[in-house]
Amino acid sequence: MSRKRDNYDTSRWKRFKSWLDGETDLLEHGMEAHEAVMRSQDPVVMPVHGEGKEILKAKEIWRFKRFYKVMSVLLCLGVILVLLWTVASLPITGDAANPDNNEVVARYIERGLQETGAVNIVTGMILDYRAFDTFGESCVLFIGSCCVLLLLRLDGNSKHEELEKLVAETNDRHYEPKDDIILQKCSCVLVPVILIFGIYIVLNGHLSPGGGFSGGAVLGSGLILYQNAFGYERMGKLFTEKVYKRTTLCALTFYCLAKSYSFFTGANHLESGIPLGTPGAILSSGLILPLNICVGLVVACTMYTFYTLFRKGGM
Amino acid sequence: MSFVQNFPFFSIILAMFSGIVSSVLSGKKARNLTLAMIVVTTALSAGTLAFCLRTEESYTYMMGHFPAPWGNEIRAGVLECVTAVLFGVVMFLSVVGGLTHTAEDVEESKLNLFYIMIDLMLSSLLALVYTNDLFTAYVFVEINTIAGCGLIMIRQKGRSLSAAIRYMVMSQLGSGLFLIGLSLLYDVTGHLLMSPAKESVELLVEAGRYKIPLLMIMAVISVGLAIKSGLYPFHYWIPDTYGYATPTGSAVLSGLVSKGYIFLLIKIFYRVLGRENLVGTHMVNVLYLFGVCGMIMGSLHAIGEKDTRRMIAYSSVAQIGYIYMGIGLGTTAGMVASIFHIFAHSATKALLFISAVGLYEVSGDRKDFVSLRGAAFRNPLAGVGFSIGALSMVGFPMLSGFISKLLFATSALGSPEKMMPTLIVLALSTLLNAVYFLRLVITLYSRRRPGDKPLPEQTIVKSSWMLRFAIICFIGLNLVLGMSSQPIVQAITDGLAMFD
Amino acid sequence: MNVSLLQHLAMNIEETASIILFGIGFTILLLHPNLVKKIMGMNIMDTATYLFLAAKGYITGRAVPIVVDGVQDVEAYINPVPSGLVLTGIVVSVSTTALMLALVVRLYERYHSLDLDEILILAKEEEEQI
Repeated sequence: MSRKRDNYDTSRWKRFKSWLDGETDLLEHGMEAHEAVMRSQDPVVMPVHGEGKEILKAKEIWRFKRFYKVMSVLLCLGVILVLLWTVASLPITGDAANPDNNEVVARYIERGLQETGAVNIVTGMILDYRAFDTFGESCVLFIGSCCVLLLLRLDGNSKHEELEKLVAETNDRHYEPKDDIILQKCSCVLVPVILIFGIYIVLNGHLSPGGGFSGGAVLGSGLILYQNAFGYERMGKLFTEKVYKRTTLCALTFYCLAKSYSFFTGANHLESGIPLGTPGAILSSGLILPLNICVGLVVACTMYTFYTLFRKGGM
Repeated sequence: MSFVQNFPFFSIILAMFSGIVSSVLSGKKARNLTLAMIVVTTALSAGTLAFCLRTEESYTYMMGHFPAPWGNEIRAGVLECVTAVLFGVVMFLSVVGGLTHTAEDVEESKLNLFYIMIDLMLSSLLALVYTNDLFTAYVFVEINTIAGCGLIMIRQKGRSLSAAIRYMVMSQLGSGLFLIGLSLLYDVTGHLLMSPAKESVELLVEAGRYKIPLLMIMAVISVGLAIKSGLYPFHYWIPDTYGYATPTGSAVLSGLVSKGYIFLLIKIFYRVLGRENLVGTHMVNVLYLFGVCGMIMGSLHAIGEKDTRRMIAYSSVAQIGYIYMGIGLGTTAGMVASIFHIFAHSATKALLFISAVGLYEVSGDRKDFVSLRGAAFRNPLAGVGFSIGALSMVGFPMLSGFISKLLFATSALGSPEKMMPTLIVLALSTLLNAVYFLRLVITLYSRRRPGDKPLPEQTIVKSSWMLRFAIICFIGLNLVLGMSSQPIVQAITDGLAMFD
Repeated sequence: MNVSLLQHLAMNIEETASIILFGIGFTILLLHPNLVKKIMGMNIMDTATYLFLAAKGYITGRAVPIVVDGVQDVEAYINPVPSGLVLTGIVVSVSTTALMLALVVRLYERYHSLDLDEILILAKEEEEQI
């Protein structure tokens, strides 16, 4: 007589076989269950009444949430203490004998003016000595704006999702000030000043504090103010997506080509043949001024684009 | 100075420039430009490789008119060039393999943005490979992160978006730690370029100064890059990101992005912090421990997974554990094994993701085990490709995974105190790999049962020629890495020797 | 605690403050469930790093590194390198912040929630329905 097993359904072989067939989970009630508790979303209130199992589960979640909070405070303190322990043995702030005041800094300060033509040593450093970093940084801004474009631009596809978004947008429009006379008059005064100030910062990047990034941000805020006062239609005549794309393309292409030329000549020990001009004059310091203008354009356009994309998903 | 020495710089700039130009092109033109660009950059890297092999030494290349401690610099040696060539090849095949699906998953008007991401991704990977400057590395790490995020969210489905935000959060944690590590390093050494920074680090170690900051720098930079490459306790974002991106995205993210960070970490270990110092401070032991845990836990998670793409993603966690285990051995042999595994894993994981796509096509785009049953009969080439990838992961002889396992085992023999645990964990992990990969292969080659859910009617019977081409090339790459590994291992060893 | 350690921390007060901010930002970014607060945490963390760098570049009693009256003496100016690094870092952080905010906008439109755990559950459910 053959032996009969009643509990075939729970035997190990059966479980293995059904796992092999992709029907069950071999490690059932293992990590997954734990994860479910972790992600549970009930509010953090200590359960007072309820029945049997419910109350147990709620208590568990409550405990978990408490545990989570305590853990995060502990982690925070841990990170801070470990890093403070490090800071306690770092060189003292403001001491001229610190290791970072070495020959690198000495050359930047002593010969920066002659080698880059820029009065502002920081600008000379980021746009000439360490220009590759700065080019990378412009690319970060470029790819950041591409990603935002990807996420938020509406392309007029009649998908359900897009429609939903359009509705949300029209609701949003209610809050927009329409032809607000105070705003318009104020911005008539302010916008030109802001734009001129922005242009000043961009053009004087090699002479005084400022440069493409800071000036571009000021220009961008001027554009945003103008748009807020006069609306999209008026702004659309001045600034469309086409304009944005072309400006960014031209500025970045010029940046890329100019810097490639300078890297190439530098690495091959050729003369670049770009005059540095008289230090202190506005037309001086070789490529730094045109590069600052390019960066300023890119930043101004990107700032404004971020704003319009977040506001209504297009330009 | 030979003209060939300009090639690394040309390849980085070319990739960036095609990204910039793609912003005004239509999707189709951007695609052609990207493919052409990848071919050209790979050829340029190959040219540099030939040059470096001929001259048998590495060289640094000034980015501008100012020499080392003042201006930016890139550096090319045998190891960098081999890595750049391999990254280029894997990138090309991943893009080609996923071409039809990319066109389906991405909205027509946003197709060029996808290729911008690919271009800038490649340029940042090349820059991470070639760079000789720590702050340049930080900037390009950020480009890499944002491009990776773009590749994940381009599908614009719910889970892709939530995966993207998880990825961004973890990546930003990693970047923050990396940046504070750089600041601390700058504070105690005063240099940002790798070679002068290493000199000051050596002087500091000799003089015994700033011991605690140096230890913290090692810890913070290692942890930062480990988070970004998805080492075990920080791996939570991996299954989602790899599981819900487009096919090209999954292949590129798993095969290249995490590897770029690991390569950078190895470069920093060798060229800035000094391998001996790391061994001396026991920082490597921490990485070793994390790596070993990752090897086991990644495989266990993979066994419990029902979605096959997430399963492959969890297997990545295990494989990254292998790489960190090799680094954690602290010996040159371990490092060689790790770098070889970087290559083997990029080739194999990309093959798995791309051939899995071929299998999903014939199963109504479903990714669970039941629907995939018998898929290898419906698409034989993809079935063969997947089986070869799976066997390579398990460590079947003649395939790339076998060589890296062999290298890990032999390198373990060189470090007496870690020998036994390494060997045991290797054996155990191989066994676990076999369990879940062979399970899937068996499923692929078993007949459909009468009770199974019927597949949707409009299944694509034949995959596009591009997908088949990519699968065949990936199989070839795997066989090359597996059967003629000697010259590659030799090149890695030479390249590591040039790092010092 | 060791007295000299505390004294040293007091002398490095800027670094101490920036490290405390870094720890706070790090924890918020890692553990806070609310996405907008996560982004705030990220910004606190980044800004703390910039404060750290700026403090490191400062040298007591010296001027900003802009050449005035032709004085080109190392003794006259502070270290320009950290300022340049901070400039680069700020742009990077602007881009990542914009990207993350855009992602949050899309997620909120879809799931009407800012809680990451809740979004993950909803996304999982949504996929299971298909």
